Amino acid sequence: MAAVVDSLPAEERTRAVARRRRGRRETRAALLFISPWIIGFLVFTAWPLVNSAYLSLTDYDVINDPNFVGLDNYRQLFEDPKIATSLGNTLFYAAVQVPLYVLVSLALAMLLNKAGRAAGFFRTAFYLPNMTPPVAVGVLLLLVFNGQNGLINEVLGFFGIDGPNWTTDPNWVKPAIILTSLWSVGSSMIILLAALRNVPQELYDAARVDGANGWQRTVRITIPMISGALFFVVVINTIAAFQTFTEAYTAFFGSGNTTYGNEAALFYVIYLFQQAFEFLNMGYASAMAWVLFVIILLITLVQLRVSKRLVYYEGEQR
Amino acid sequence: MSAQSLDVGRAQDPSQPVFTAGGPAGTPGAGTPGPGRNGDRRPSRWTVGRVLVVAALVALTVVFIYPFVWLVSASLKPRGEVFDNKLIPETLTFENYLNVWADAPMLLWFGNTLLVTVLAAVTVTISSALVAWGFAYFRFKGRDALFGLVLATMMLPGAVTMVPVFLIWNSLGMVNTLTPLWAGNLFGSAFYIFLLRQFFLSLPRETFEAAKIDGANNWTLFTRIALPLTKPAMIVTLIFEFQAAWTDLMRPLIYLRDSDKFTIPRGLKALLDQFGFGGEWHWEIVVTASVITTIPMIILFFLGQRHFVEGIATTGAKG
Repeated sequence: MAAVVDSLPAEERTRAVARRRRGRRETRAALLFISPWIIGFLVFTAWPLVNSAYLSLTDYDVINDPNFVGLDNYRQLFEDPKIATSLGNTLFYAAVQVPLYVLVSLALAMLLNKAGRAAGFFRTAFYLPNMTPPVAVGVLLLLVFNGQNGLINEVLGFFGIDGPNWTTDPNWVKPAIILTSLWSVGSSMIILLAALRNVPQELYDAARVDGANGWQRTVRITIPMISGALFFVVVINTIAAFQTFTEAYTAFFGSGNTTYGNEAALFYVIYLFQQAFEFLNMGYASAMAWVLFVIILLITLVQLRVSKRLVYYEGEQR
Repeated sequence: MSAQSLDVGRAQDPSQPVFTAGGPAGTPGAGTPGPGRNGDRRPSRWTVGRVLVVAALVALTVVFIYPFVWLVSASLKPRGEVFDNKLIPETLTFENYLNVWADAPMLLWFGNTLLVTVLAAVTVTISSALVAWGFAYFRFKGRDALFGLVLATMMLPGAVTMVPVFLIWNSLGMVNTLTPLWAGNLFGSAFYIFLLRQFFLSLPRETFEAAKIDGANNWTLFTRIALPLTKPAMIVTLIFEFQAAWTDLMRPLIYLRDSDKFTIPRGLKALLDQFGFGGEWHWEIVVTASVITTIPMIILFFLGQRHFVEGIATTGAKG
């Protein structure tokens, strides 16, 4: 850099020096503004990752110093039946919940997009459940899906269907949690609605002239045009699904709750939480965290890979 | 007032799909169909298709709203009738509400929650605005890479850092205090940094150049010009974080031990454990506490409804 500057004519050289000085001043000011994030990143993200990697190789109970145990924690993961249970529950949940969730929010968004002036009212109605604190949703889950006098079975009974014991029958616990989660599709719905409203009307007009029917217009125009938002919703909800905690924990775990304690609701993060904060196995919990990290990272990378071929971005620059 | 400033931002840079749903078409209460892309899509006649769409929407509204109505109605019934599934209580009573205050220090929990949520929302808004400005206004080497890192942390699952972050607060002696529930927000949050940066980028650069020529330094530029223009986005940040902090259960579960430190969601969980599972069956207390936990959020939503919609729409548009 300096050599290049030196080779320039005198007048240009002073200008280059000034520019460089201004650049340096600008960098300093920018870093000052950004410094809160940098500190936060180092303290609350980078260091925890390093520390968690180290702790996952130790036996640590917070009270005593960590003992180095090598890969023991990871070996133990394979033998722990609750790992298999919780991971299985979580994978099942993600595999069923995410597609359902995205489909329902897309369907609602498309309906709203056709609702005209009334859309504002219905959008409010569909978004309202998102404001309910997850812990209250957990309580609601228990009451609404109650086998004896719950609302759902009451409605099913009206149609002559004998509903299952949702909250106690292991086969029906996860469906109940999944159905409950659909109650709060509001935020995804709004993202998709925003995308739908951005699709140029001319595309539909042109397609109509060419004789495309409603289904063809949806599949050939709508879906490709909103694929960016659709992809965003899929990725965000997959990450969330793998970390599902509050509703299931509220309804099926916690102190005093032994009768309802249910293997079918033991999701991975619930078990991680129990290991860390109820049994104080911080080392083991750290190993669990790393496994979760790798799983989510792999799935996100696969999704990104697939999206490169499927997602259309308007005015794509990358 | 904020809608106007939003439109200023959009007019400056039409390529930025800022707040797409917040336009005339999506704004609740906007009586007249606005011009633009969606104006021509609004069906004006009551066709068969239109009737079907509205019928489906009404049916879905019942599904979405009913559980909440059920909860409120149950909280107004005497103990024996809580589960009778009648929409209108046979005997209307407020005794459950009186009993909740007797059984639990709701007022104390309310105060704790309010303190945490206000501190969380205010700190994260200020710090995220600072950082967002740093990324939006200045040009420096490595900026895009650094901002990429900010976005990458948005993808990092929170559960992964749960244990080591607890150990940090533990080593600082902050466990069983309210501090860990908000103090992390002093360092900004990727999601809001992203949101606010989008906003700063939509502001006309000439304004800042002009102020600079008039002798404004970086700090005045930020506080006197950028921040006032960004009010709508800051309101979005404030109410989003307010909701997030108010409804959080996991961190209160991790950090709070004594019940006089509890937040409202943590208190509700404790009430559920005691009166729902713990042998002392008083579901009417749990139901009523659930309503009390939810109502502030419903009020918040109706106060800031448009901001919620705008904020969410923005995150998806650029995701």
